[in-house]
Amino acid sequence: MKRINGRWLVPVLLAGSILIALNQAYCSALDNFKGLEGTISIAGGTAHIPVMNDEAKNIMTFNPAVKITVEGGGTGVGVQKVGEGLVDIGNTGRALSPEEVQKYGLKSYPFALDGVATVVNPRNSVSDLTAEQIIDIFAGKITNWKEVGGKDAAIHLFSRDEASGTREVFWEKQLKKGTVAASANIVPSNGAMKVAVAQDPDAIGYVSIGHVDDTVKAIKLAGIAASQENAMNGSYPIVRKLYMNTKGDPNKLVKAFIDYILSPDGAEIIKRHGYIPLQQ
Amino acid sequence: MPLNPNRSFRSHPQLERCAEWALLIATTIAAAAIISILLLLIYFCLPLFTSGELAAVFSMQWQPFAGQYGILPMCAGSLALSLLALVLAFPPAIGVCFFAHSLAPPSAGRMLMALLHFMTGIPTVIYGFVSVFLLVPLMRDWLQAGSGFTLITAALTLSLLILPTIALVFHTSLERLDPNFRLTAEAMGFTPIEQVRHVLLPAASQGLLMAAILGFGRAIGDTLISLMLAGNAAQFPTSPYTSIRTLTAHIALVLATDSQSMAYRSVFASGLVLFLLMGMINFAIRRFGGTRAGNSHEKDD
Repeated sequence: MKRINGRWLVPVLLAGSILIALNQAYCSALDNFKGLEGTISIAGGTAHIPVMNDEAKNIMTFNPAVKITVEGGGTGVGVQKVGEGLVDIGNTGRALSPEEVQKYGLKSYPFALDGVATVVNPRNSVSDLTAEQIIDIFAGKITNWKEVGGKDAAIHLFSRDEASGTREVFWEKQLKKGTVAASANIVPSNGAMKVAVAQDPDAIGYVSIGHVDDTVKAIKLAGIAASQENAMNGSYPIVRKLYMNTKGDPNKLVKAFIDYILSPDGAEIIKRHGYIPLQQ
Repeated sequence: MPLNPNRSFRSHPQLERCAEWALLIATTIAAAAIISILLLLIYFCLPLFTSGELAAVFSMQWQPFAGQYGILPMCAGSLALSLLALVLAFPPAIGVCFFAHSLAPPSAGRMLMALLHFMTGIPTVIYGFVSVFLLVPLMRDWLQAGSGFTLITAALTLSLLILPTIALVFHTSLERLDPNFRLTAEAMGFTPIEQVRHVLLPAASQGLLMAAILGFGRAIGDTLISLMLAGNAAQFPTSPYTSIRTLTAHIALVLATDSQSMAYRSVFASGLVLFLLMGMINFAIRRFGGTRAGNSHEKDD
């Protein structure tokens, strides 16, 4: 209550007491939104979307005067839009480059750790590949599933667009900056990748661990499962941080949003979507 | 001569002058917008020309992480997809058109035309979305070649998209033909099929060309169908079962990259190629549209 000045006290207390009565479950971190109003626009990384949507829903339920819009577009769009001042928060799936920070004056808030899992169709019998095999598959040197212990079928490669943060991490840490065959199909988002791999029994692709569900099967990397636990203890190495970025210092409302995501309540939501919350 | 609809308007010269000015201003704004788009494109492409990076962009390989930024595979992809879609859509569109115009009972013809009008109103993304879940698995399982996100998949869906455009444009040109043609042909004892084959088809050849050009323009400008269905692999279309990337999809995919990179500049080169291509299509339409004025087959209003 310390933060709120006298001018707001009466309406805030009134509204607050009603809302608290309605929402016993929400406390501390959401209190920052009391008396605030306005809009927060968010765009960028597609791995962030499930977390952002849930947090936005909670906040807008708690305080309907706050409107939050969440768009995708990918990491590249996140940097551009927040840099040009088109959105309040630009999400990226990678750390900003020094040029980007300098050009736009951006501030970064890492909030979660995310692994990138190599995924195949659940009907595929292959469930374990070595790093070398994955490199050769994506380079187009291994073209048939039987070469890695599967059935006799051509491998269908799926990769992400050039601006994708997921692709950047996968390319750097999994493919060791190796080439991706020109015949690889390119999809523009984590969601589109999941749909493509879920539909095609011979597909291989990669998605952020937060997007892995029953429709796709995450490949074990030389026996190590691409799971939250292994990403956290460091045994699964294909990991990256997820960032929110603002142009300069955020305003009060955007700051409250970032604080909420970094709070224990926010951490619960991050965990629920398969990511690992970072300590503030 | 029908009554001049402008007559009441003409009795108010001031109102008329206002309307003239308003139209002139609107035209100027539209023309200025198009010219400034062209100038902006040229401005953004200028570094390519001056730094000698042009050869790098108009080359055969797209491997941005190996320093190769060729957009020729995308040019070939755009052309192949649009031509294939046109080849698939043109015959049925013309058939549907003749059926609705001459052969079908009037009520069925009207219903067919209403359906075509309705089809033009369906958003592109619906076609793309439905195809991802219905056509892509079918193509993958039937053809056993590639991931199903292929040139032929995109071309089939795109042909459905441009079919109503072609049919409606051609229907308009059929309607503009002199009705005496049909009366004469009818009087000479031509059956409806013979009328179409020997009278209407030759008389409307100009309309056929126009419809084809417009359909092609619609196909080459489409982004979503190719982005969702063609696989976006930056390679030359060697068979209908390869995944390809079109210029429009390339722009959509690469636009979000770092704005200082060569990859980003290739977007503007793609834009310029598309703009010039559309310009050529428009020029062709004007060219062939121009001869129409002197076309004696068409009725004079």
